[in-house]
Amino acid sequence: MLTIKKLHKSYPIGDRSLHVLKGIDLSVDEGEMVAIMGSSGSGKSTLLNIIGMLDEADEGEYILDGVTIKNLTEKKAAIYRNKFLGFIFQSFNLINYKTAQENVTLPLYYQGLKRKERQEKSLFHLEKVGLRDWADHHPSELSGGQKQRVAIARALAANPKLLLADEPTGALDTKTSYEIMAFLQQLNDEGKTLLIVTHEEDIANMCKRIVRLKDGVIMEDVKVDQVRAEQYV
Amino acid sequence: MFKFLFERDTWQEVFDSLNKNKLRSILTMVGVWWGILLLIALLGSARGLENSFNRLFGSFATNSVFIWGQSTSKPFKGFQEGKRVRLSLTDAKKVEENIEGIEFVIPRNQNQGLVVRGELSGTFGINGDYPLLDKVQKVNLMHGRFINQNDIDNRKKVAVISESIYKQVFEKDEEAIGELIQINGMNFMVVGLFEDSNINMGPRTEIHIPFTTFQQIYNQGDQIGWMMITGKPEYDIRQIEEDSKLMLKNLNKIHPQDKRAFGSFNLGSEFAKMTGFLTGMQFLTWFVGIATLIAGVFAIGNILLITVKERTKEIGVRRALGATPFEIKRQIVVEAVTLTLIAGFFGIISGGWILIALDSAFGQGPDATIVNASVSIAVVFVAIIILVILGTLIGLIPAFKATSIKPIEALREE
Ligand SMILES: Nc1ncnc2c1ncn2[C@@H]1O[C@H](COP(=O)(O)OP(=O)(O)OP(=O)(O)O)[C@@H](O)[C@H]1O
Ligand SMILES: [Mg+2]
Repeated sequence: MLTIKKLHKSYPIGDRSLHVLKGIDLSVDEGEMVAIMGSSGSGKSTLLNIIGMLDEADEGEYILDGVTIKNLTEKKAAIYRNKFLGFIFQSFNLINYKTAQENVTLPLYYQGLKRKERQEKSLFHLEKVGLRDWADHHPSELSGGQKQRVAIARALAANPKLLLADEPTGALDTKTSYEIMAFLQQLNDEGKTLLIVTHEEDIANMCKRIVRLKDGVIMEDVKVDQVRAEQYV
Repeated sequence: MFKFLFERDTWQEVFDSLNKNKLRSILTMVGVWWGILLLIALLGSARGLENSFNRLFGSFATNSVFIWGQSTSKPFKGFQEGKRVRLSLTDAKKVEENIEGIEFVIPRNQNQGLVVRGELSGTFGINGDYPLLDKVQKVNLMHGRFINQNDIDNRKKVAVISESIYKQVFEKDEEAIGELIQINGMNFMVVGLFEDSNINMGPRTEIHIPFTTFQQIYNQGDQIGWMMITGKPEYDIRQIEEDSKLMLKNLNKIHPQDKRAFGSFNLGSEFAKMTGFLTGMQFLTWFVGIATLIAGVFAIGNILLITVKERTKEIGVRRALGATPFEIKRQIVVEAVTLTLIAGFFGIISGGWILIALDSAFGQGPDATIVNASVSIAVVFVAIIILVILGTLIGLIPAFKATSIKPIEALREE
């Protein structure tokens, strides 16, 4: 699915530069569910953003679905993001003045789908996250868990192969977190590849593999026995 | 490339974003609305003033000067100061033959006379005129004809009368042409009836009779009351005035420096002053209007720029979901152009209302100061084009701002 070799990334801070990623080697196969862990500032988000083509590496190789991602024009990157990737953010990032359904429709709009098709698909995905009845509500009328589910429906709408989630449960209480994780596990069961950045051990253990970052390098990369989230819901 | 403009989705997005941010949209529109309103209202009233002015002077050949004799202010060649100066036909002829740039010189005589018709009577200005007068001071005939050469040659007793005289000495709806009226006890046949003019040059209520007839009945000999000199369009009428006066002083043995001997009214330079004023005003109007417009559009740009900052995150989200920079720019530009256009149309409409209000307040009747205050379709068209161009340009600034940063920077939590 994706291969990363000797990836480096620095941020300029004043006249010095902060070396955040210092040679990451990582390979993820289709159907995997990977947790990325590490202390704050270890570069988890940076790595995920590079994988998501929201940011660019300084050095190293990144191959996604057989395509080398290097010096992409912003237009190409946008097309890849739309086709391959779905994003789930800690703060949901829903557009406030749009209804749940309109939010879910957005990636389909940029895919150039016809109106009718967009309506059908968005309703289908809202149904899937159990929010069909909330389609016409605005984000401000939804709870945190519901917002995140709308965001997941939106990430799923364009049918991406790879879902990237940066602390998807970071803003949610434990019970809601487990609900979301149960849902993400279900998606993984259906064949989606997931990369999940998290701080929490219990969340990480609900994935199938844990990658630990420390000071910009991968310190540990282990397969784990997945803890099913349904039992806690 | 422009296919998107015909897609419902594009407009849905634009309408959503404008509608869901009403206050912002309304605020941004006020500037452009005000600019267009000013432009239309000012241009329209300038046009109205110009129209009323043209209506006033329209019937005169504007490159003209009127000269009449007064009395001398300096003794000269044995004559005392205060000598009465009277112009003559010979003077008029000499001026016409010798001064450069003259189109024609028209001698005129004028007197008051009692006009009687049956029971009705009145005292009016009687003018002895040549047919040529019609060329300088357009006589707008309602019925009949003006004085012709035949009248002059045969000293015919015919009269061309104004509408207001007709109203005083004729019954309502009575046929005037061919009827007789008495002027100073002599019978004259009415051959023409003309509209009252808007501008008052001499007595308002006028009768024109043939010059030669006037000469005879008032026993004028060679003398004339005044002369109207019209210059060729390419000549400066003020120079013609000076040249003519100098020559007239010479012919009448008057000191060349004598300022009082001849009175004159230079229609040409008055007209030039007024048209200069109007041109200045039009220029000012365009200047003010366009400056206001640009200020308004900049205000829009500024507010859009602020809202782009506000919307940075939204734009980041859209890009993460697969919007290309072009699609983002396109949307912001379309939003800006839509705002400017809507505001512009409101401006055009309210500017139009102001012109209608001006018209009903000042534009009625023959003495209106503002006549037909209006702007041409071309001006409106130009204004709209300017709006579209400015709207596009101004939309581009926030659009580039929005897409110049990486999506991750837009998405980063504050
Ligand atoms: N745009 C940037 N400019 C400068 N420094 C940055 C930038 N983005 C991230 N950093 C720095 O890079 C380091 C890694 O940041 P990153 O967001 O990847 O950490 P993280 O592992 O996600 O941390 P957290 O768990 O707190 O989210 C941090 O020290 C951060 O301050
Ligand atoms: Mg982070």
